[in-house]
Amino acid sequence: MASIFETFKQRAEAVSAEVHRFPRKRAALNFIVQRLQEAGVANSPQSYAVWADCPFLEGINKELLVDRVPGLSFEVTRERAAASKVGISQLDWAMANTGSLVQDACPVDRRLVSTLPNIHIAIVETDRLLPDMPAVFSRVRPEQTNYISFITGPSRTADIERVLTIGVHGPEKLVIVFVDDTAKVN
Amino acid sequence: MRKEFRESINTAIHNPNLTGALGRFSEAYRVSREKAYEGIDFEAVRTQIAERKGYAASHLDELAERFAQQAEARGAKVFRTDDPAKVRQYILDLAQQNGVQCIVKSKSMASEEIHLNPFLEKAGIEVRETDLGEWIIQLAGQTPSHMVMPAIHMTKEEVADVFSEQVEAGQTPDIPKLVKFARGKLRTKFLEAGMGITGANIAVAETGSLVIITNEGNARLVTTLPKIHVAIVGIEKLMSDFDDVVPVLTALPRSATAQLLTSYVSIISGPVPNTDGSPKQLHIILMDNRRTEMSHDPKFKQALQCIRCASCLNVCPVFRLVGGHVFGKIYTGGIGTILTAWFDALKSSDEIQSLCIQCGNCTQVCPGKIDIPGLILELRRRLAVEKGQTFAQKAIFSVVNNRRLFHSMLRTASLAQKPLQRNGFIRHLPFFLSDMTEFRSLPAIADVPLRDKFKQVQQPKQKEKAAFYAGCLIDFAYPEMGLAVVKILNKAGIEVLFPEGQTCCGAPARFSGAYEVAAQNASDNIKALLEHNVDTVISACPTCTVALKHDFIANFESLGQTGAVPRARELAAKVVDFSTLVKKLVDEGRLTFKEGQQLGKVTYHDSCHLKRTLNVSQQPRELLSKAGYKISEMYEADMCCGMGGSYSLKLPEISAPILERKLTNIKETGAQMVVMDCPGCVMQIRGGMDKDGARIKVEHTAQRLVDQLK
Repeated sequence: MASIFETFKQRAEAVSAEVHRFPRKRAALNFIVQRLQEAGVANSPQSYAVWADCPFLEGINKELLVDRVPGLSFEVTRERAAASKVGISQLDWAMANTGSLVQDACPVDRRLVSTLPNIHIAIVETDRLLPDMPAVFSRVRPEQTNYISFITGPSRTADIERVLTIGVHGPEKLVIVFVDDTAKVN
Repeated sequence: MRKEFRESINTAIHNPNLTGALGRFSEAYRVSREKAYEGIDFEAVRTQIAERKGYAASHLDELAERFAQQAEARGAKVFRTDDPAKVRQYILDLAQQNGVQCIVKSKSMASEEIHLNPFLEKAGIEVRETDLGEWIIQLAGQTPSHMVMPAIHMTKEEVADVFSEQVEAGQTPDIPKLVKFARGKLRTKFLEAGMGITGANIAVAETGSLVIITNEGNARLVTTLPKIHVAIVGIEKLMSDFDDVVPVLTALPRSATAQLLTSYVSIISGPVPNTDGSPKQLHIILMDNRRTEMSHDPKFKQALQCIRCASCLNVCPVFRLVGGHVFGKIYTGGIGTILTAWFDALKSSDEIQSLCIQCGNCTQVCPGKIDIPGLILELRRRLAVEKGQTFAQKAIFSVVNNRRLFHSMLRTASLAQKPLQRNGFIRHLPFFLSDMTEFRSLPAIADVPLRDKFKQVQQPKQKEKAAFYAGCLIDFAYPEMGLAVVKILNKAGIEVLFPEGQTCCGAPARFSGAYEVAAQNASDNIKALLEHNVDTVISACPTCTVALKHDFIANFESLGQTGAVPRARELAAKVVDFSTLVKKLVDEGRLTFKEGQQLGKVTYHDSCHLKRTLNVSQQPRELLSKAGYKISEMYEADMCCGMGGSYSLKLPEISAPILERKLTNIKETGAQMVVMDCPGCVMQIRGGMDKDGARIKVEHTAQRLVDQLK
C-alpha cells in the first residue's frame, strides 16, 4: 500500500490538496478538531462548520464533539452550509494516479459540505485507495447511484490572464485525511 | 475576402494583450501537455476515442433512443429535437411554468450555439453564466475567444473595469481579489436561482448518464442548489457504453488544460434530492441541429469525434496570432471552422476557412483523430463549387493547367522582372503586388529553368534510372537544388531522367479548393512520370511529394474519378522524398561521406508536409550530421514558417509574424546556416532573412550534402 499511497499523495499535493494519514481514528479525529479550531470555527454565521453523516462518525459522541468545537453541526441544511467555513465528509474511494477522491454524492448533504464552505475536510479509509479510474468504475457504477463525484484538489480557475487562482466557486482548501484503522475510537 | 474580415485580423494581430497571452500560452501548453501525458500512450488513447466516438457517430439515432429510455426510466425527462428554436422554447416554457426568475448556467457551448441567453433575457428572465471566464464576457457583452478559456483575450485591468462598470464600482486589477469578488457575487445567484442549466461532456446511452467536468466547481452548484436542472446536450456527446467514459476523461483534461483530471467530475444519472428533500426536476435536451445530417456525410462524419478540448487551437500557429474572435462568435479555431460551417451555415465558414495554413500541427494532438486540415480543404472545395471561383483564380488556374502557356509565361516573367531584381532577389514590387514583398524578398525567376539546364548536364549512362520531379519552385526559381539532387544520385550510380511533360503538382489549386484543376495537373503528371518506366520518382519538395504520393489519389477519389486511381497508386508507390532516398542510399553503402569533415553549426527547420504527412524528420538530421555538420536545434523547429504556398500571398498579414517568430528562433541558435528540405520554406525563410539583413544562409539539404559525398 505504501507506494500507491505515495503516488496519491504526490499527485494530490501537486494540485494543492493537503494529504495527511493517521493509523488510528482517534488521532484523525483530534487532527480534524484541531483544524476546525485553527480555522476559527465558532457559533456564529459564516463561522460554522458542517459535518455530513458518515461511517467515520459511528461510535463518536457528537455532543462531546460540539462541546469541543462550538459552531459545528451535523444537521446539514443549505443555509447552514452556506454560512459555514468548513465542511467535513467521508469520501468512498481515493484514486491514486490522479490524486482524486470519489464519492457517491447522491445524498445532498455530501454535496453541500463539499461545495459551499471555504474548506473541505475529506476523510478516506486508507484501504479504499485504488490505482486508477477503471478500478474505481469496477466498484461504483451509475446503476448504484444517480450522482458520482470526483474531486481533485480545491476549486480552481485560470480564466483571468491564465493565472492559476485557487478557490472560485468551491472550496479553496481541500484537506484529505486518511485513516488506516477505523475499527474503534480508542 | 471582405475588408471587415481583413480588418478583424489586423486588429487582432496588433492587439499585444491578445497575441502576448496566446503566444505565451501556446508555448507553455506544448510543454505542459507533454508532461500531463507522461506514462500515457496517447496514440492508444486517441485510437480508442476515435473508435468509440466514431461508433457513436454511426449510431446516433439508436444511442439517442437508448439514452432517452434509460434516463427516463430513472426519472429524467428527455426532450429530443432537431430545431434550436424548440430548445429555446422548451426551456422558456419550463421556466415560466415553474415561476423561475433567475437561471444559473455552467458552461454550455450548445446553449451558445443556439443563442439561448438573449432569448431568455428578452422574456424577462435573468440568466447568469457562472464559469468565471464566461461571466466576464457576459458582463462585457462579448463572445468567447477560446473554447476552453473564453476570456483569454482580456487583461486583469479590463476585467476590473468590467466588474466596476457592470457590478460594483471600485474593483482593482488584482487577480485573487477579482476571483473572490466573482465568488461572492455569483454565490448569491446560485442560492437564489430557480433553474440550473449545464451542458455535458459525455452522455452515456447504456446508463442514461451525463458526465460534466469543471475546475471551478460551478457545475456542482448548478446541479445542486436550484430545484430544476436542465442539461443541453448536442447529440454528438452520446457514447454507447459507460466504459467509454474512461478514455475521454483520460484525454480531455490533459489535452484541454494539461491537467491529469479536472477538479470536479460529476456523473449524473437521474434526479437527485434537492436541499429540501424533494426530488430534483431533471430535463435533458438532446439537440441535433444538423448533427445527424453531418453523420451522414462521409467526409464530415469524423468531426463528430471532437471532444471539445480545443488543443487544435492551442497548437495552431495562426490561432495564437489572431485568437478566437476573428473566427466568429462561438466555435473557434480549426475545429470551430468546421463546426461553424455545419451548425451555422457553410457560407459562414467562407472567410475563416482561409485562415488555415495547412501545417497539420492539429492532426498531431487531436484526441479524436480528426483530420482537421483535410476537412477544411473539403470546405474550401465545397465553397468553390457553390460559389464558383473568382475571375482571377480561374485565369490563374487555366494558365497552370496549360503547361506550355504556364511555362512560357514564367520564362517571360524572368525577363520582365529584370529591372526589379538584384542579387537573385526581388525586394520590392509595385502597386498592389507590394504586399508580397513587404516582409520578405521574393526569389528572382531563374534565367534558365531546370528543364533547360538539365539538357546540358553530362550524366554517366547507368542501368538504374530514376525520374526527377522538380516542381515549379525548383524548376523555375531554384534550379541549383535540382542539379544538386542529380549529382548526388549520379554518385550513387543512378541516372536521372527529367520527364518533360511534368507540370505543377496541383497543390496550389487543391489548397484553393479547385479540385478539378488539381486533378488535371495530376493526370498530366502521372502520364509524364510513368512514361519512362522507372522504379523511383524523386522529388526534393515535400509539398510536391505529398501531392504525388497522396493527394493525386485523394483528388480523384473525391471527384469520383475512380478510373484514374490505379495509375495514381502506381505512381505513388514509386515516389520518394529526397532525404528518405538519400538516407537509404547511405545506409546501403551506395553513398559515402567524406571523412573527418567539420563543417560547423547549422540548425534544421522541419517543413510541415515532410514532418507531419511524410513523417520524415530524423533522416535529414542524420545525413547532415554524417556530412560533418553539428546540429543545434532551434525552438519550435517543426513550427510552420508561414509560407503555406499561396497562403503567404493571400494573408501576408498572418504569414509575416509567423515568419518573424521563425527567424528569431533560427537566430537564437547562433548557427550561421539554417537547412531545410522544402524549396517553399527556403523561399519564405531566405526572403525573410534577406529583408531582415541577417547574414544567415538558408539552404536546401541537397545543396549542403552534394559536396560532402565521395
